[in-house]
Amino acid sequence: MSDQYDIIIGLEVHVQLQTKTKLFCRCSTTFGASPNTQTCPVCLGMPGSLPVMNREAFQLALKTACALNLNVPRFTKWDRKNYYYPDLPKGYQISQFDLPMSEDGFLLIRDPKGQFEPKKVGIIRAHLEEDAGKSMHDEVAGKADTRIDLNRTGTPLLEIVSQPDMRSPLEAKAYLNELKLILTYLGVSDCNMQEGSLRVDANVNLHIKSEEPKKVATPIVEIKNMNSFRAVERAIAYEATRQFDEWQETGKTIKDAPKTTRGWDDAAQITRPQREKEESSDYRYFPDPDLAPVTTTAEEVEAIQTALCELPMAIRDRLHDGYGIPEYDADVIVNQGQIAVDYYEALALKTGDAKMSSNWVQQDVLRVLKERDLEFDQFPITAERLATLLKAIMNKEIDTTRAKDVFTQMLESDKDAPTIMAEMGIEKVDDSAIDDLAREVLEANPKAVEDLKNGIQKAVGALIGQAKKKNPNIDPGTFRAKCIELVKDM
Amino acid sequence: MSSLTREDVEKVSLLARLRLSEDELTKMTEQMSQIVNYVELLNEVNTDDVEPMAHAVEQYNVFAEDVPHQSLPREAALANAPKSDSECFRVPAVLGD
Amino acid sequence: MALYEASATQLLSQLESGEVTSVEVTKACLEQIRKHDGEVGAFLKVMDDKALAKAEEVDKKRKAGEAVGMLAGVPVAVKDLLCTEGEVTTCASKMLENFVPPYSSTVVKKLEQADAVIIGKTNMDEFAMGGSTENSALGKTRNPWNTSLVPGGSSGGAAACLAARMVPLSIGTDTGGSIRQPASFCGVVGLKPTYGRVSRFGLIAFASSLDQIGPMARTAEDTALFLEAMSGYDPNDSTSANVPCPLFTQTVDKPLEGLRIGLVKEHFGEGLNGEVEKAVREAVAVYESMGAKVVDISLPHNKYGIATYYIIAPSEASSNLARFDSAHYGHRCDEATMLEELKAEEDALRAAGKEAELKKLDTPLIRMYRKSRAEGFGPEVKRRIMLGTYTLSAGYYEAYYLKALKVRRLIREDYDKAFKSVDIIMGPTAPNPAFAAGSKTNDPLAMYLEDLYTVTANLAGIPAISVPCGMTSEGLPVGVHMQAPALEEDRLLRAAYMFQKATDWHSKSPSM
Ligand SMILES: [Mg+2]
Ligand SMILES: [Zn+2]
Repeated sequence: MSDQYDIIIGLEVHVQLQTKTKLFCRCSTTFGASPNTQTCPVCLGMPGSLPVMNREAFQLALKTACALNLNVPRFTKWDRKNYYYPDLPKGYQISQFDLPMSEDGFLLIRDPKGQFEPKKVGIIRAHLEEDAGKSMHDEVAGKADTRIDLNRTGTPLLEIVSQPDMRSPLEAKAYLNELKLILTYLGVSDCNMQEGSLRVDANVNLHIKSEEPKKVATPIVEIKNMNSFRAVERAIAYEATRQFDEWQETGKTIKDAPKTTRGWDDAAQITRPQREKEESSDYRYFPDPDLAPVTTTAEEVEAIQTALCELPMAIRDRLHDGYGIPEYDADVIVNQGQIAVDYYEALALKTGDAKMSSNWVQQDVLRVLKERDLEFDQFPITAERLATLLKAIMNKEIDTTRAKDVFTQMLESDKDAPTIMAEMGIEKVDDSAIDDLAREVLEANPKAVEDLKNGIQKAVGALIGQAKKKNPNIDPGTFRAKCIELVKDM
Repeated sequence: MSSLTREDVEKVSLLARLRLSEDELTKMTEQMSQIVNYVELLNEVNTDDVEPMAHAVEQYNVFAEDVPHQSLPREAALANAPKSDSECFRVPAVLGD
Repeated sequence: MALYEASATQLLSQLESGEVTSVEVTKACLEQIRKHDGEVGAFLKVMDDKALAKAEEVDKKRKAGEAVGMLAGVPVAVKDLLCTEGEVTTCASKMLENFVPPYSSTVVKKLEQADAVIIGKTNMDEFAMGGSTENSALGKTRNPWNTSLVPGGSSGGAAACLAARMVPLSIGTDTGGSIRQPASFCGVVGLKPTYGRVSRFGLIAFASSLDQIGPMARTAEDTALFLEAMSGYDPNDSTSANVPCPLFTQTVDKPLEGLRIGLVKEHFGEGLNGEVEKAVREAVAVYESMGAKVVDISLPHNKYGIATYYIIAPSEASSNLARFDSAHYGHRCDEATMLEELKAEEDALRAAGKEAELKKLDTPLIRMYRKSRAEGFGPEVKRRIMLGTYTLSAGYYEAYYLKALKVRRLIREDYDKAFKSVDIIMGPTAPNPAFAAGSKTNDPLAMYLEDLYTVTANLAGIPAISVPCGMTSEGLPVGVHMQAPALEEDRLLRAAYMFQKATDWHSKSPSM
């Protein structure tokens, strides 16, 4: 990035867990309901109401902890984080403070394009907590009332805090991509950033390279309000430049200034300082007397670990090693999610051609999904049907160009490739017919024959064109070979 | 002996979201100091190796199943709100974020 | 005996036999309230119509031979910090003066299922913080034995309405003695169950790890009956004890053989009123005469009870009461006035060029919180919120809150040890009998120190009972305090019943 400094990046990710109900009451967590229609005395923070822990939320958190190589201690408890905000109706958030449900793990990141070295990003902890509601601020800030919707209040969140192990915006983005992928493979969260199921805050500062034995560190800035991974990447890049400029100007280091918070302004592509209350950091954590602590045995953790699905990194390796496709291909497929992997594997097994299957999934299938804005599970051609087409290509019953036409037709009907090919009059041309056609065309094109004899190979192109007009079903490769063979004997 | 100052008490009153008059602040400082001095009696107890006891009865792993219940109708949720519209609770504008 | 004087147990047998109807009983109680509550002030709200409608419904059921609940047709009073759906629930606070909960507490639901007739909601110290009911923002309650005296607290209304023969059963809550001390001051029985025995769901929390709902009545049998009706596991309360609930009514009249009574020497020392001591010692002698053995025991950390309690309870309270921020329910200050004041302050600071202070000025939202809470809470509640906020705050948490949690364990371990050699620990409920209204309001610490005998049961989570055991020369009731190991309420009720068989203190009533 820069030879003047290293960027030190740590990420705090909050993900909503995919439970049916909230963390401490049984109100639905469905997104998008009309304001304040998914509340009850508990999540409204009504006096007298009491929380009861959602079993499924804890299970999902355990699954995640195992996938992120985190240790699950035998004992964990609930703490209250006290602060006043109108979307926090109890005046405290139930969270975990000194004894989180998991700690000290890591996540492996790798770039198939080799833009950074593979690395283990440490994860300090992952803990459960309840979400707050939504405050809707008026456009004219500070004038009208703030409106409060408490539907989201109490939705289970897993807060995943990384070590400051990332050194570039690219690494940060890779970490987020991989984390999101793992969480979606596990079925722990839908990680939909637009709906707020995944939120990222970044802690960023610089280690400035200098002659002195001790390196100089700039004050840490927490960046908030980033609503896409792209925004995270840009905000970190912006912040690095800004901090370096500021350091050059003021010389302020981490020893001179406390951590501050800045918000990412996506329209302006800059970070801006956020106002902070001086006492805002005194959350007065203490154990929640309304909730029982949770104990987990090593056997329970092991059972979860064993039942865990295959994780993205392992699948990549398996596709690369087992199917022999390039790392880059494996990466593209795995990044599409479990359904894409299943699809690819079915296709590769049916056709027996792993590389060709990979090309079709990456180019044709993904193109259609993108054009039609579909999810993978909505793709209209099953792997079995697509395999019939690929096999036809492999048997030279159809050339690739025409196969794309068949593919397009398959998108619109349930018919398999042979049926559509028959309807289109596509059939394999037998060797004697090719032989006849080649002789006919060569005879009609003495100039081309001359060229070919002189080793001008491209002359055959025009011949293929003419032959295709006479019989569109010919396989161009077979025809080309036949022409060259015939000319040799002439 | 702790010495609780008026400034301490003023800071606590902001944390506690209470607004105290000058007189209340004076009286509160006095009374809180007295009580805090009294509870410092605990300093004479040796609590090395004693586990803190946050619950009167210690139990573990109390869970509910992930099955939705009927939420309150919105009117009921908003019924006690000092200020609301047809959909939401209303408070003075939140500034600063 | 007039209907309003009868015990719940007596009333139930008369109702069963058809001697009386619930409507008659309910009317008798309502009439007693009408006559005397102007003077006593036990109730914040009397629900005449609802009560009579319920009484009628129960009478009909009985007539039709339908199954009825275990309290069918018996009037009960509910302390006004248990949520009652559709009925104002105030905690005796301006903050909740108009708060109508959209749900009922588990205990209120259980009473409804038991076909009890809920007659009204009783006064208390605001948010249950206090020992005299003088902290109520919504009314004064007087001691029926002498109306210039306090009834005790925080369940002062609950105790007073029993003493004044307005209801036979009354629900109290006890965080540091709030059932037992008013029971002692008013000459009735009050039991704080084991933590977790009775669901706290719908009880507006003061200090969650200490709060317990419990029965108050005039006799041991009634206390047993009422406890049986309200106890039981509740999946809505994660701290509820998942154990079967004993049938207290079936064992209450079985005497305890070979009872071993523990006396804590320090509980009879300095600060204990002589007449109270005499009454309690006489009670102990009564048990001895019935064959009980008295053993001197030591609870070395008991003397730290008050200090421990007055750290833990305010700490939890400061957090529990944070929800009263006027955003979603509860009292909100007048916004226009608030904004004007804020503007004036801003202008003044600007004019004086006080930039630093200008920066620290509350935002409108924060000022709304602070002003609403300042207006909505009374002085004692504010004091405890302040104290608890302080003891949890950065730099003080370890020294105060965490330290208190550790001493709390030592206090419980003392009990565990003591209960290896005794069955019940006996002593005074309060160091003094009921005191004059207004006599202690200016010295909060002195008031706190009066709780020294009761708070440790809450800290340890064990059950305890106060039973009338004598009178002072001025004719004020004295209560004897008994504590038992966790889940041994049965032992306390049987001990209370034995005492009532041998004495008649429980049947004394104030002349009204
Ligand atoms: Mg968090
Ligand atoms: Zn809810």
